[in-house]
Amino acid sequence: MSTVIDQLEQRMLREVPVFKAGDTVRVHFKVIEGQRQRVQVFEGIVIKRQGAGVRETFTVRKQSFGVGVERTFPVHSPKIEKIEVGAIGDVSRAKLYYLRDKVGKKARVREKRI
Amino acid sequence: MKGIIGKKLGMSQVFDPETGVVTPVTVIEAGPCPVTQVRSVETDGYEAVQLAFEPVADRKISKPEIGHLRKSGTGAHRQLVEFRGEATVAVGDHVTVEAFAPGDKIKVSGTSIGKGFAGTIKRHNFHRGPMSHGSHNKRAPGSIGASATPSRVMKGMKMSGHMGAKRRTQVGLTVFAIEVERNLILVKGAVPGPRNGFVEIREEA
Repeated sequence: MSTVIDQLEQRMLREVPVFKAGDTVRVHFKVIEGQRQRVQVFEGIVIKRQGAGVRETFTVRKQSFGVGVERTFPVHSPKIEKIEVGAIGDVSRAKLYYLRDKVGKKARVREKRI
Repeated sequence: MKGIIGKKLGMSQVFDPETGVVTPVTVIEAGPCPVTQVRSVETDGYEAVQLAFEPVADRKISKPEIGHLRKSGTGAHRQLVEFRGEATVAVGDHVTVEAFAPGDKIKVSGTSIGKGFAGTIKRHNFHRGPMSHGSHNKRAPGSIGASATPSRVMKGMKMSGHMGAKRRTQVGLTVFAIEVERNLILVKGAVPGPRNGFVEIREEA
């Protein structure tokens, strides 16, 4: 990409914690309902990060009432209030699509021991 | 007539800080364009303004072009484009991105990305045949006409051929933002052409 576009995007980047695929995150997302504004928390495993600069997004997967739910957020969206990183996952892939085919205990990610 | 010549740098996106809504934008580096000639009804039969863009070394352009540019006191430039319409500038002036303001309706012309020799599926959105069951018609165009009558193929039949690399104009665009220090125009949406391709920006009537 052109350096001019990199500079333009640099101004819009927000400070986000370091996290990668396999990590467990809590995304605090602002939801606007008519006049009211509240914060919704989406907690799950990051299954991918894609894109670069201001266009980068990440996808979080969680089990909700036995159903797998995935949600994709722009990393630098102003609607994200904060991202809390919980467990650091021990994975050997950048994209954890295999989790979609696993259920129950197999759909877990091992935690990294430091 | 409002117009300017620019170079498409690529695309990006901009967040609305309040709502988080994403706007796709094309970043164009435009101007400053020196006015090299003003055409008038008396001398040329029509009204237009000729602008130059991107200074280059003298050896990069032909001697007749250098001579033409010397008349207006400008150095060698790679691009020369005429913008039809009543002149609001004089020879020697510079047109910059300040000619445009956010919210302006514009149209952008450029040379579209070349696709080479393309088949009917890519070029004319034909359907393909079945890929299995012994099919011999995978990406073939199908029938191109009848038999003894008319014993020829009708003119204008959609077939394979060269695609892209043609002048195209995208209408209905709006200026999202301008940045005067770096001569940038951010246009909402996509414009024709590859990165680093030349584009002409005109106001939409």
